[in-house]
Amino acid sequence: MVPTMNESISYFIQQVINGLTVGSTYALIAIGYTMVYGIIGMINFAHGEIYMIGTYITFIVIAGLTLLGIESLPFILITALIISMMVAGAYGFTIERVAYRPVRSSKRLIALISAIGMSIFLQNYMRLAQGSRDLAQPGIISGSWSLGTDEFSVNLAYMQLIIFVVTLICMILLTLFISRSRVGRACRACSQDAGMTNLLGINTNHMIAATFVIGAMLAAVAGVLLGLYYGVVNPMIGFIAGLKAFTAAVLGGIGSIPGAVLGGLILGTAETMTGAYFSAQYKDVVAFSLLCLILLFRPSGLLGKPEVEKI
Amino acid sequence: MTQPLLQVKNLVMRFGGLMAVDHVSLDVNEGQIVSLIGPNGAGKTTVFNCISGFYKPSDGEVLFKGKPMHKLPGHLIARHGMVRTFQNIRLFKEMTVLENLLVAQHMHAERNLLKGLLNLPGYKAKEQELEDKSAQWLERVDLLDFANREAGTLAYGQQRRLEIARCMVTQPTLLMLDEPAAGLNPQETQELDQLIMELRDKYKVTLLLIEHDMKLVMGISDQIVVINQGAPLATGTPTEILSNQDVIKAYLGEE
Amino acid sequence: MTKKPLFTNLTSAFFAAGLTLFLGASVMGLRLKSEGITLGVELASAQTFIELGLAALVVFLFQLFRDHIPKLTSNTKARLVIPAFMRTDKQQRLWLMLTLGALLIFPFMTGRSNIDLATLVLIYIMLAIGLNIVVGLAGLLDLGYVGFYAVGAYTYGLLYTYFGFSFWQALPIAGLFAAITGWLLGYPVLRLRGDYLAIVTLGFGEIIRLLLNNLTEITGGPNGISSIPKPTLFGLEFARRGDNTFHEFFGIAYSPVHRVIFLYLLALLLVMLSIYIIRRLIRMPIGRAWEALREDEIACRSLGMSPTNIKLSAFTIGATFAGFAGAFFATRQSFISPESFAFIESAIILAIVVLGGMGSQLGVVLAAIAMVLLPELAREFNEYRMLLFGLMMVLMMIWRPQGLLPAKRSHRELKTTNAEVK
Repeated sequence: MVPTMNESISYFIQQVINGLTVGSTYALIAIGYTMVYGIIGMINFAHGEIYMIGTYITFIVIAGLTLLGIESLPFILITALIISMMVAGAYGFTIERVAYRPVRSSKRLIALISAIGMSIFLQNYMRLAQGSRDLAQPGIISGSWSLGTDEFSVNLAYMQLIIFVVTLICMILLTLFISRSRVGRACRACSQDAGMTNLLGINTNHMIAATFVIGAMLAAVAGVLLGLYYGVVNPMIGFIAGLKAFTAAVLGGIGSIPGAVLGGLILGTAETMTGAYFSAQYKDVVAFSLLCLILLFRPSGLLGKPEVEKI
Repeated sequence: MTQPLLQVKNLVMRFGGLMAVDHVSLDVNEGQIVSLIGPNGAGKTTVFNCISGFYKPSDGEVLFKGKPMHKLPGHLIARHGMVRTFQNIRLFKEMTVLENLLVAQHMHAERNLLKGLLNLPGYKAKEQELEDKSAQWLERVDLLDFANREAGTLAYGQQRRLEIARCMVTQPTLLMLDEPAAGLNPQETQELDQLIMELRDKYKVTLLLIEHDMKLVMGISDQIVVINQGAPLATGTPTEILSNQDVIKAYLGEE
Repeated sequence: MTKKPLFTNLTSAFFAAGLTLFLGASVMGLRLKSEGITLGVELASAQTFIELGLAALVVFLFQLFRDHIPKLTSNTKARLVIPAFMRTDKQQRLWLMLTLGALLIFPFMTGRSNIDLATLVLIYIMLAIGLNIVVGLAGLLDLGYVGFYAVGAYTYGLLYTYFGFSFWQALPIAGLFAAITGWLLGYPVLRLRGDYLAIVTLGFGEIIRLLLNNLTEITGGPNGISSIPKPTLFGLEFARRGDNTFHEFFGIAYSPVHRVIFLYLLALLLVMLSIYIIRRLIRMPIGRAWEALREDEIACRSLGMSPTNIKLSAFTIGATFAGFAGAFFATRQSFISPESFAFIESAIILAIVVLGGMGSQLGVVLAAIAMVLLPELAREFNEYRMLLFGLMMVLMMIWRPQGLLPAKRSHRELKTTNAEVK
């Protein structure tokens, strides 16, 4: 049966909505990457694992609250968010302190390997803690609105709306923090000229730690949102999500927070479109291919400034 | 009159909004020693980088032996015979002095993998050739005794000499030296002076220098090009430059 | 250094221990379990809490007595001192002969599973020395090395499936295809800066795995390719029955171990050949170019050397070795599937190269042996294998980033026969 025009348009718009939803969460994770890269020039390989931990904490919180008989959805959501952010922040802080700070002045390869080691450690740590199989917690927040008319309808799931809203709130808070607060300004100064910032009396170590913590908290939010959205978790979800988020960060221009957001949205949409119109199996290939293409043709990203090598 | 070996016409280099090189032109004739001078930050190294292909100039032309160079990447320009040194010495510090010179002759080496793996006589002969040439130059710059030492362990002055030897071993036509006298004591500067003259007279190399040491510059240059804040200020012989009011003002400021 | 009083570290010790408890409890304190279609939690076992408490205690003590523990911070200049009985050329040659002899006799003195394990070690050695060219010698961050390994293995698998190729027919082609893949991949990406290169190569490795997994009609998808044949000795098969069997030809009784020994010896031969070839390459202009490139790319450009071509040569040659290793892997297992070619393999091989001391072939060989044998020897800890691996990577980078055996490479010496003696 050939789809009608309206059906085609509806389908397309539905996919766009789905894509932007997933894209927003990529954006949240991507911000963490871009902030860390901006401030210490390192790829935080273990960042995806923070997102994964955030998802696990979400499930633990939900199960725990259910056990206590608490059913209120807003309460569950808020609690999950707060606790995930706290735990993720703690992990982010510790990871930086243990695996990154000691190698900050070493060669790139050394730092990269330390990061990879941390990532592998966390994946297996989680596997030992909670098992390696998929754990499913479906449909906590289910249901959707049907928008439009009978012929031309699009579904906006409640969860999708929540994702949009929460992501938006996070972006706003982050922007305010970076541009208005003392710590935020110091972080920005740090990413532009660490040496000078140090000389001005600002403890760059603290700023770097703050950056990691903030990035981790955002990744945790993504973990909560996607955990509720997809309803499944296993120790390996951080790896793929991390790579995709890194792709998003590079796509938008590494070091640029608006870039990370833009990159995330574009990646999410492209991926969903591929899954919808081509084949679900090749979704991941799209992400990696986009990454390669961007690095080949415009390494500075969409919103980044091309770097000139100083000789 | 034959065309100059190197012709730079209206070179422009912009970094975003900043005009680092503003329509600089210069000619270097074969067998000449030309010095590029100017106050600190005048853009001299940027001019070098543009000419040698390490930066892509925003505008202008660079002709070497009449052929356009300004669109070529650095390594291809070097293969044409235009070789340069760097302000902060870029030696291969963990390789020995000899190995530095062997690497420099990479383009002349026997690079066929099969011949090398089988250690064929042709390959062996070529490697020996490279070694001999290296030894020759090490002798000339008085570093033969250090041939098997790691380049990073050499004293500063020795490293500078090695850098020049490394350039010469590539058999260049035009040698561009970026502040070769920086950090050298008077005796070493004197030796550098003699070395440069010998490079020109005995080895038939044309030279373009960036230099701050005025005694050296005035002593050996055939031509001097002065730039200030990226823009050309004056061109001429040492005597002409010394008496040029604009140059004096640029260096010493307004009275 | 003045000894600080014991209690200045007390606050940081409490903080660290508290942090450990928080981190551990949040993730391990409540264990998720399936309850129908949803999830429930239960309190973790007492053992878990005890372990957590112990961990916190260890952290507490470590922080408290941190200043009194001998500093193990990175000592990047430390090089392993070569023991006295291995210094001269003659001694080294002797040891080499002895080791070689031992390696040749070894398979006839032990059981099948040990020989099999040894063959696996040899495969990893080959992978490691191949990656060593890319990472250790040329200084390129390659996280997608497993992709070339997969290309080699699947080249053999597919050539067998579709054209009935034997091992010997497929082996050179496996290497060739891997080399071509390396060239095609390298050409566009090698001009990228360090970290970006790492991620792009990782991406490519994943793309290759995903394609192998999804193009089911061609590659068998997740089910892989099976019944891949073993190598023959000049046409003699190592089978019990057949037209041309090894045991019949030599008039000896059939034994399944013959095949295993043969494979081991082949692998040994190939590895020795590879090591020799790479040793020569290091001393040739190409090897010098790799080292120069690793040290200072800009200086290379100023001397007329093309960085892209030099990087490509390292990448392609490295990929070729992975291709050979892949074909060997395919024949050893007789079965390949995309699962064997995940990112973790690239990480392991990279860890071997870094652990062994980048650029040092001997170090890399020893590290490969250690990395493959240790998990086998400590079977009880299998659960913790990857965890410890990750931890080891982090710790090695902090404490000894130069690797275990960063032996100084022997430099080219100038014999002053043609020059004036001062």
